Amino acid sequence: MGETPSPAHGFPGRLLIFEGLDGSGKSTQAALIGKWLAAQGYRVFSTEWNSSELVSSVIKRGKKKGLLTPTTFSLLHATDFADRFERRILPPLRAGYLVVCDRYAYTAFVRDAARGCDPDWVRTIYSFAPRPDLAFYFRVPVATTLRRKLASRQKINYYEAGMDLGLSDDLEESYQKFQTRLKREYERIAQADRFTVIDSSRPVEEIQRVLREHIRPMLENFPTGAALTHDG
Amino acid sequence: MTGRTYGTRLPGMPPSALRGRLIVIEGADGSGRTTEVALLKERLEVEGHAVVDTGLRRSDLVSAEIDRAKQGHTLGAATMALLYAVDFADQLENKIVPALAAGSTVLADRYIYTLMARAVARGASRAWAQELYAFALRPELIVFLEARPEILLHRAIGKYGSLDYWESGMDLCLSRDLFESFFLYQDRLSREFEWMRGHYGFELVDANHTPEQVHDDVLRLVAPLYGFAPPTPGSEPSRREPRRPASRAASA
Repeated sequence: MGETPSPAHGFPGRLLIFEGLDGSGKSTQAALIGKWLAAQGYRVFSTEWNSSELVSSVIKRGKKKGLLTPTTFSLLHATDFADRFERRILPPLRAGYLVVCDRYAYTAFVRDAARGCDPDWVRTIYSFAPRPDLAFYFRVPVATTLRRKLASRQKINYYEAGMDLGLSDDLEESYQKFQTRLKREYERIAQADRFTVIDSSRPVEEIQRVLREHIRPMLENFPTGAALTHDG
Repeated sequence: MTGRTYGTRLPGMPPSALRGRLIVIEGADGSGRTTEVALLKERLEVEGHAVVDTGLRRSDLVSAEIDRAKQGHTLGAATMALLYAVDFADQLENKIVPALAAGSTVLADRYIYTLMARAVARGASRAWAQELYAFALRPELIVFLEARPEILLHRAIGKYGSLDYWESGMDLCLSRDLFESFFLYQDRLSREFEWMRGHYGFELVDANHTPEQVHDDVLRLVAPLYGFAPPTPGSEPSRREPRRPASRAASA
């Protein structure tokens, strides 16, 4: 998988990851998959990007003050991810959970590449994060994500528009340019790392059905929570 | 300085060559680094050079988080190493590079080598640690102050009144005994420094001696870069001596 492959984890759990642009619908789908797996009695642990307490305050402060450069931005997100990985993802993976990640290290690869960091350097830094067992990439046109964002009256924030890169003074235009860069990088990685590509323009139910079909083979002989906690 | 790094390009780095010199003073806690940095800064300024000194864990960005992390949170090896790397990158980009671009000499009281040794001592792979800091600028001179562990121990106790938890590597659980842990941890670090010495080209200075002697030895390494006269063996380094008649006679 990919140019600088991360090792397979070799733990009893399984790692499922959902990647794609903001507004590609991956979070909705990841949440539904989590519900579906739990309803079947599996031990499930779900996690999102950028949720560690340790550095989220630094990231916020750094962003607000405009103190961050591509390198510190990249390293801060790596720190955040490492903390979340070592503290929250690794233990359930070792304990035999199905770990569902709404974004994984690939989000960093894509963003850092778009900010001009050396892709090989970024990959190596994240080499503590093992290769996922299943990876889904939600393909969506950039125009669609912008439309969804505006329709839901969400504000476009400075960094997700890549305003720090000086692509344009206009927030919407910068957003489009930056998200296009991200998309290009996602497409490249999805192919190199052989992600399962999901067409985001399909209805929610249909996407969910496709995802479940892809996940089902992995669940054969995978122990449920009851099997993990009781004999017989 | 050419602005060359250890491998990775630094995005947004000024493309022109950096005019100043980066000099690194490395060594264990108690090796006399900080004293030497102060002496060297003074001397270089007397020689007419602008000097900016810098150390680890002094950036505004994350120093509070590092302190907080040390006070209680148990952080994994990768997380801790990365947190220090953020701090280093912030200083490199916001302090070291601008100073070098302006033509100042930057004296670094420790650099990536200490950070790498600590990360490896805590379980990170050497290859990973090296790649992590591949964005760091290559210094023009790396001086390593080497002192015996017993001497470090006595200086540490003299300085803090006891042994520091972190400098003794107590978080590694090598031993429950602070004293024993100190030696085990320093041994791990020095093994890593020993490897780096060849790989990165450290200039070794015997730091078991007095600060004055150490300073003389460091000046002998630094003087050729700036073209001032290195101290002669046995002379008082901090005093600027008038030229002796003997040297005039020799040049005549």
